[in-house]
Amino acid sequence: MTSPLESVALFHLGPVPITVGVVVTWAIMAVLVLGSILVTRRLSLMPSAAQAAIELIVDTVDAQIRATMRVEPAPYRAFVGTLFVFIFVANWSSLVPGVEPPTAHIETDTALALLVFAAVIWFGVRAGGVRGYLATFASPNPIMIPLNFVESLTRTFSLLVRLFGNVMSGVFVIGIVLSLAGLLVPIPLMALDLLTGAVQAYIFAILAMVFIAGAVSEKNIPASDTPSQRTLP
Amino acid sequence: MNWLAFISIISAALAVSFGAIGPALAEGRAVAAAMDAIARQPEAANIIARTLFVGLAMIETMAIYCLVIALLLLFANPLLK
Repeated sequence: MTSPLESVALFHLGPVPITVGVVVTWAIMAVLVLGSILVTRRLSLMPSAAQAAIELIVDTVDAQIRATMRVEPAPYRAFVGTLFVFIFVANWSSLVPGVEPPTAHIETDTALALLVFAAVIWFGVRAGGVRGYLATFASPNPIMIPLNFVESLTRTFSLLVRLFGNVMSGVFVIGIVLSLAGLLVPIPLMALDLLTGAVQAYIFAILAMVFIAGAVSEKNIPASDTPSQRTLP
Repeated sequence: MNWLAFISIISAALAVSFGAIGPALAEGRAVAAAMDAIARQPEAANIIARTLFVGLAMIETMAIYCLVIALLLLFANPLLK
């Protein structure tokens, strides 16, 4: 049985090996970008069916950002929404026969988690300046500095391991069941896998929002319901 | 098969089995508490469900850690190279 921790290189682009997961990622990116361009090219006040669907997605993302971060969603919509839509489509790409979700490989998840790590710093510095961002490490008091610093690293790691573990275990279990039993047996597991994929995409986006909110608006929100208090991984 | 591989397989199974106990109990408690809260306050069901999902994902991560340890032992064991 092949190891789920390593991926096979499909071809080499100079010195860089290109794996199947990377090619699938490119395909998903192309589909998402082309789809968005095609749908948003002719926006009108009387929306077509496609425009209404896209508006529904954007509205849902906005509502979730408002509910989780308690801020206006405009600066975060692009990042969080793209993260959610990409992971959702990537997890559900196993619906296409022969395609393995790129999120079942640890490199894709590492890239996504590092994006969140960088975005927390970027939004934090943009909201409060470098000094203000560093000051969030010293809250509630300076004794917590090492702990907060370690937390910012471990939560990135747990974000990566959570997504990888969930998606990969789904693919792995389906592979095992398919090798043991016949044609139609893995279908309930596949349905469960779709549910897990959707929930994990949602949770990844929610956690990214919570981390960003913790870096951005620590002092604007009353201490009783600071979103960052729900973040301990 | 040498005894190092033997022990690796046993400990991978142990890691998953014992690593599943704690999260299973914890998820059961979390869902029970959320059910209780929704029964008392049905109008807050949306917020409770959202927080429950995020919390369940947090709890589940512990089991996933154990799964990753088991996979490391089985497929990327540095002692067996």
